[in-house]
Amino acid sequence: MSNWQQHLPILPVLLPLCAGAILLFPGETRRGLRGAIALGTTLLQLAVAIALLAITDGHTSAPWSSEIGVYSLGNWAAPFGIVLVVDRLSALMLTLTAILGLATLIYSLARWERGGSHYLPLFQFLLMGLNGAFLTGDLFNLFVFFEVLLAASYGLVLHGSGPVRVKAGLHYIAVNLLASLLFLIAAALIYGITGTLNMAELAQRVAPLAGNDRTLFNLGAMLLGIVFLIKAGAWPLNFWLPAAYGAATAPVAGVFAILSKVGVYALLRFAVLLQGSGALVPFGGDWLFYCGLATIATGTLGVLAAQKLERLASFLVIVSSGTLLAAFGFSGTTLTGPALFYLVSSVLGSGAFFMLIEMAERNRAAAADLLAISFEAFGLQDKRDSEHPDEMVGVAIPAAMAFLGLAFISCALLLSGLPPLSGFTAKFALLSAAMSAPPAAPTLHAGLFVAALLLSGLAGLMSLSRLGIRVFWSAERTTPHLQWMEAAPVAGLILLCVALSIGAGPALSFFNAAARSLHHGPTYVDAVLQGGAP
Amino acid sequence: MEVVLSLAVGILAGSGVYLLLRPRTFQVIMGLSLLAYAVNLFIFSMGRLRIGEAPVIDPTRGSDPALYTDPVPQALVLTAIVIGFATTALFLVVLLASRGLNGTDHVDGREPDKE
Repeated sequence: MSNWQQHLPILPVLLPLCAGAILLFPGETRRGLRGAIALGTTLLQLAVAIALLAITDGHTSAPWSSEIGVYSLGNWAAPFGIVLVVDRLSALMLTLTAILGLATLIYSLARWERGGSHYLPLFQFLLMGLNGAFLTGDLFNLFVFFEVLLAASYGLVLHGSGPVRVKAGLHYIAVNLLASLLFLIAAALIYGITGTLNMAELAQRVAPLAGNDRTLFNLGAMLLGIVFLIKAGAWPLNFWLPAAYGAATAPVAGVFAILSKVGVYALLRFAVLLQGSGALVPFGGDWLFYCGLATIATGTLGVLAAQKLERLASFLVIVSSGTLLAAFGFSGTTLTGPALFYLVSSVLGSGAFFMLIEMAERNRAAAADLLAISFEAFGLQDKRDSEHPDEMVGVAIPAAMAFLGLAFISCALLLSGLPPLSGFTAKFALLSAAMSAPPAAPTLHAGLFVAALLLSGLAGLMSLSRLGIRVFWSAERTTPHLQWMEAAPVAGLILLCVALSIGAGPALSFFNAAARSLHHGPTYVDAVLQGGAP
Repeated sequence: MEVVLSLAVGILAGSGVYLLLRPRTFQVIMGLSLLAYAVNLFIFSMGRLRIGEAPVIDPTRGSDPALYTDPVPQALVLTAIVIGFATTALFLVVLLASRGLNGTDHVDGREPDKE
């Protein structure tokens, strides 16, 4: 095999880094050039991610010997140098990031990019942090990539400015700075006890720990778990999330849909690495299961109480995080594959939804939703509707409204998990896996899981249809003006979900293969510690 | 040595947490800074305390690790200081923007209602 392919794993980090740096040079007025650079780099990232996906899934011959690709930075062998590791799960997350990044980037080029300065470089740095966090095989490197993506996200959440965004951003930054400090304490504790930061070597060093060392390591691991749970938006650490996601501009909120999944990914990665080493509380088991259930419950309550579409969408993100946490906390490993399916479907769906609602909300008075719901609650009906019942009949539906309505219905089906879209397939796979779980799982757990999933779906559907009726069927509104560049990414993401539900069989077998290779711990450890040498 | 260091970390962390929970943005940023100092000292101490030892291998003394202090935590602290410095500076800008937009330095962007 040619030599260049073994350098593929570094490209998802290098490409956005270089593009972000280059984008700082042309002045803000040269929009065409800047847009072309950003778009070209993101397309390249997508190509690299798909190539990695094909390689790890065995469609193309791999440039590395084992199933898992290991890239040693600076050619230093594994426990001493920093490594990047590509397996099916990382490649999947990279592809998801690139797809969502491309869609939100195209959307923002139409309008939102001009809402403030340095949007495009920050966006590239965000992609760099995300890709790096999915690839790295080193604990401290994970911290650095977390900081890169957070620093970029601080800038992006403030994009467009305004008192609401600054207030939400202030809270968001304070919470995440504190989480970063906790991450540092955890990393230092783990290093102090085990003497390594390499995740594969860590997995080997944990098992023989005993006595005081074991207690201290558990403390470090617990702190690490708390950090990841803050990022994932688990109850009770998620009160920052609805405000920050709801206040961010539409394309930023769209790409943030994957930000909370970084925490979920890191939890899963560590849970798998530390399994069988007598560890530990925060990364799996009953504890995580009930935490996930509580997260679903708060998310569902928020969904029911939401009076604005942005907040509704943010609470749906919390519900999907909770579902993932509960699925990973479920005993046995059969739920991991379906959970990955659910992750992909819900990230694509909520990304599309965040962009869609901004288009639908244009030209509407800010307090319209609030008033409408108060009218509904107190039985105050608008008199005009009944006096002139047939004025509304026969109004031609403009193409923009038809598109928005269809896209909204698709998103509602996706996010609440109704057939025929991939949200349903994912939830169905989760439920069937939970019901046929090995007898080791208490029946109480399966019952609770099924109930939580179905009730949260029902609440989402009720809330989405209530707000959808208010937005799309209100009499006094003008049709929003859409550009092709704004409609296309939303349509693309939804079509992708349609494709995912049509090709559900192959997709699910890929996700199951990813879960199997993930849960087979020694593969990862061996690949990193031996395959690191050239 | 150990007692002094752990007292320093404890006092810094305690004051940091107290300030972090205060309602004014300036107190919050001071709290975050103090916490960052505490965390940096803590990382440093995780390489075990050695007095008067260099972290860089000296050819004349040989490569026995017992002769040297652990260089990794020092590298980690350096990274942590740089990142903490940058994010604190960014937070300061947001704090000033919030003060300018809302006319108050309360973390909620408005004064709490008086009784």
